[in-house]
Amino acid sequence: MENCCQSCVSRSFSADVTLRGRYNVWQETGREKVIALAGNPNVGKTTVFNSLTGMRQHTGNWPGKTVTQAQGRFVHDDHSFLLVDLPGTYSLLAHSTDEQVARDFICFGRPDATIVVVDATCLARNLNLALQVMEITNKVVLCVNLLDEAESKGIRIDLEALSEKLGVPVVGTAARSGRGLDALKEALCRVATGQVAPAPLAVAYDEEVRAAMEQLLPRLEPLLQALPHLNPRWVAMRLLDGDEQFLDSLTEHTGAGQPEAKEEVLLCPQ
Amino acid sequence: MGNPFPLSKVPVGRKVRVTDLKLEGFQRRRMLDIGLVPGTEVKVIRRSPIGDPTAYLVRGAIIGLRRDEASKVLVDEN
Repeated sequence: MENCCQSCVSRSFSADVTLRGRYNVWQETGREKVIALAGNPNVGKTTVFNSLTGMRQHTGNWPGKTVTQAQGRFVHDDHSFLLVDLPGTYSLLAHSTDEQVARDFICFGRPDATIVVVDATCLARNLNLALQVMEITNKVVLCVNLLDEAESKGIRIDLEALSEKLGVPVVGTAARSGRGLDALKEALCRVATGQVAPAPLAVAYDEEVRAAMEQLLPRLEPLLQALPHLNPRWVAMRLLDGDEQFLDSLTEHTGAGQPEAKEEVLLCPQ
Repeated sequence: MGNPFPLSKVPVGRKVRVTDLKLEGFQRRRMLDIGLVPGTEVKVIRRSPIGDPTAYLVRGAIIGLRRDEASKVLVDEN
């Protein structure tokens, strides 16, 4: 890469930056880690966001969408993080604009890690989203929030067992009182910097479905090299699902099947 | 265990259990996403004055469903 021309260097350096820029996400430095914050509605996601980022936040809209976007920064252990709040959703299969925004950012905004905030008082309903995120990317930290409310209802959650079953770090929090937030930052830091590589529980499909997916993989994998955190198996499932909206997003972000953009040709006259 | 019947026929206040979804594609996915998975307990909370939609308690959240949606969710006595 060092021998490449100036513009190529900037281009390869900025591949992530450009992709994120499409979502109005601009890192202060190339080393700043981008973290996506996902969760069902009403799980205290905004409280987690506020308590992690304090006053250092900025709100706007997702580009081209009337969906509010909030971003904020925090520093932990000499690493700086840019936290991007996603719309609260029950699913990522894009039935609504909110779901599309959340899914596209996790897929194509290349977050260095994704936090999934779940409600400790109704874990079962919340784990649907967690499993969907874990199918897309392994860089996930599960934040079991509202532990205080769960305790007052007599619900006790075995966080270690949950982490073992799911294969991702699990942190219990009561964001309103700040409980567990340091542990959350620590877990996040480890995943985002690659010190820990979670191996999420793989969803088991029927033999017939699995065989169809395996057929698509050899052709999909080369296309997805630019998106290393995106699980090709999950992409194959979306294609089998006939999800045209996802296919459009994929084409837009990978440029597969499209000619090189003109600016790039001008930048590299050789 | 009797024969499964549609959720839309369940009177207010009763608790039932989901046995099957007579839906395909996105509609089916939507129901699964809100937690209406076979085996899930559903309580009928209240019905709007004109009889549609109806509020159901599903896994700790209140969900409103229209009659035609609820009629495709098959349930059995809890």
